[in-house]
Amino acid sequence: MLNNSVESEQKMSEFVKTLDENGPIIQAKGVEVYYGEKQALFGIDIDFQKHQVTSLIGPSGCGKSTFLRCINRMNDLVDIAKVKGQVIIENQDIYSKDVDVVALRAHVGMVFQKPNPFPKSIYDNVAYGPRIHKTVSSKDEMDYVVEHSLKRAGLWEEVKDRLHEQGTGLSGGQQQRLCIARAIAIEPKVILMDEPCSALDPIATAVVEELIDELRERFTIIIVTHSMQQAARVSQKTAFFHLGNLVEHGDTDQIFTNPQDDRTENYITGRIG
Amino acid sequence: MNKDAHIVTSFDNDLKTVETLVLEMAGLVEAQVNDCVTCLLKQDLELVESIRASDKRVDQLETEIGDMAIRILVQRQPMAQDLRAVVVALKMVSNLERIGDYAKNVAKRASVVTELTPLGSSNETISRMSEIVQDMIRGVVDSYVARDKDMADHWRHKDEDVDLIHNTLFRELLTYMMENPRNITSCMHLLFIAKNFERMGDHTTNIAEQVHYMVSGALPDDDRAKSDLTSSITVDLDE
Repeated sequence: MLNNSVESEQKMSEFVKTLDENGPIIQAKGVEVYYGEKQALFGIDIDFQKHQVTSLIGPSGCGKSTFLRCINRMNDLVDIAKVKGQVIIENQDIYSKDVDVVALRAHVGMVFQKPNPFPKSIYDNVAYGPRIHKTVSSKDEMDYVVEHSLKRAGLWEEVKDRLHEQGTGLSGGQQQRLCIARAIAIEPKVILMDEPCSALDPIATAVVEELIDELRERFTIIIVTHSMQQAARVSQKTAFFHLGNLVEHGDTDQIFTNPQDDRTENYITGRIG
Repeated sequence: MNKDAHIVTSFDNDLKTVETLVLEMAGLVEAQVNDCVTCLLKQDLELVESIRASDKRVDQLETEIGDMAIRILVQRQPMAQDLRAVVVALKMVSNLERIGDYAKNVAKRASVVTELTPLGSSNETISRMSEIVQDMIRGVVDSYVARDKDMADHWRHKDEDVDLIHNTLFRELLTYMMENPRNITSCMHLLFIAKNFERMGDHTTNIAEQVHYMVSGALPDDDRAKSDLTSSITVDLDE
């Protein structure tokens, strides 16, 4: 009897998941970015599916980070940057005039290359988002959100006895997980990660990669990485950018064993193209 | 396939070395297949020893290529065509090693069979099987060097000829055994020899499929015609 109900629950959650996975959560259509006169991205069309990790790879200056920053309008912060085209997140074009950018960034969280905790306590780092977005109404609820987020970021056991110490006092790997906890505390739909492990040692990297795989259950993740092995390990889809163009986008397995475009092949095999 | 050079030159050298070693191994195995038939037909028993010696080198090469491939996987973490080339080299060498073993086994049996009376055209038939197998080995190795999947596919289908000859010989030898029980010893050895060539053909087919995979990133999608019927052949005593 027990087995049956567990089984049917599993079936149900799988069913809900397939419902979720139908249709992209993010669609980019003809995205172009200019930095002043210089065009950095050329007509990028790409869809991102729910609960999938997509890696953006490509040589330095290929536009992958620029593209990542289009997804939560971070390029707005660059005076000379101009974005054309559409980025549609759950049927809403995020570049339309009536979009509240602050609310948008609550839905699309970001983790950066260098861990950047606020110079505040570990607790306040995580509580910061829920506080400014007013998603939490009581102290008890805030305690719960902080604990829950730190647990999901795999950091709780390491910091539960020193929540009021400075976040900046943690190790690099712990700081990065703190930043991830901070990003997920406001329950975003999408998490953008810009080379989240490039400043971490292999062990801390492994912990973050394990975490990415767990977070995929709840969030859609887009990660920019220079490590092809990391892209192969953590993502289901991979997109290769070159000179501002999206050259190839497909299943990670296929991109790394049998890419279709010579430019992708040259890049991932380390050839002079 | 893309033949551009790697940014890291020593990576190119590593891959080249693997290819050279695979070619050396394939050359030795092909010679073994050729020599084992000579042992059998020309009753040249000295060759048996030389096949055994060359088999040692073949085994050594298998280990050497395996070690080299593992080192490349660790050091270079190859991707795409490079990954396929390394993985395929690993698989090719185990197939080549098996072919070499079968050739050695044929050579060992030669010393027994030469003391017995030849039966009908069985020697010629075995010789024909071995010629096709040698052609196949040479062909797939050429396709490996040329990175030519069509050529690999062509040789892959040649295995059907080997299977057909094997069927015929199987039937023929069954008949000889029924005619006269004194033939059984020779026939059993000849059957095993024929089976060995049939298996060599199968392993060569595997190599052809791996070359196809290495070049295109996918295994051949057609089912190869399978013509080995010996598992169901019977001969009626009253015939």
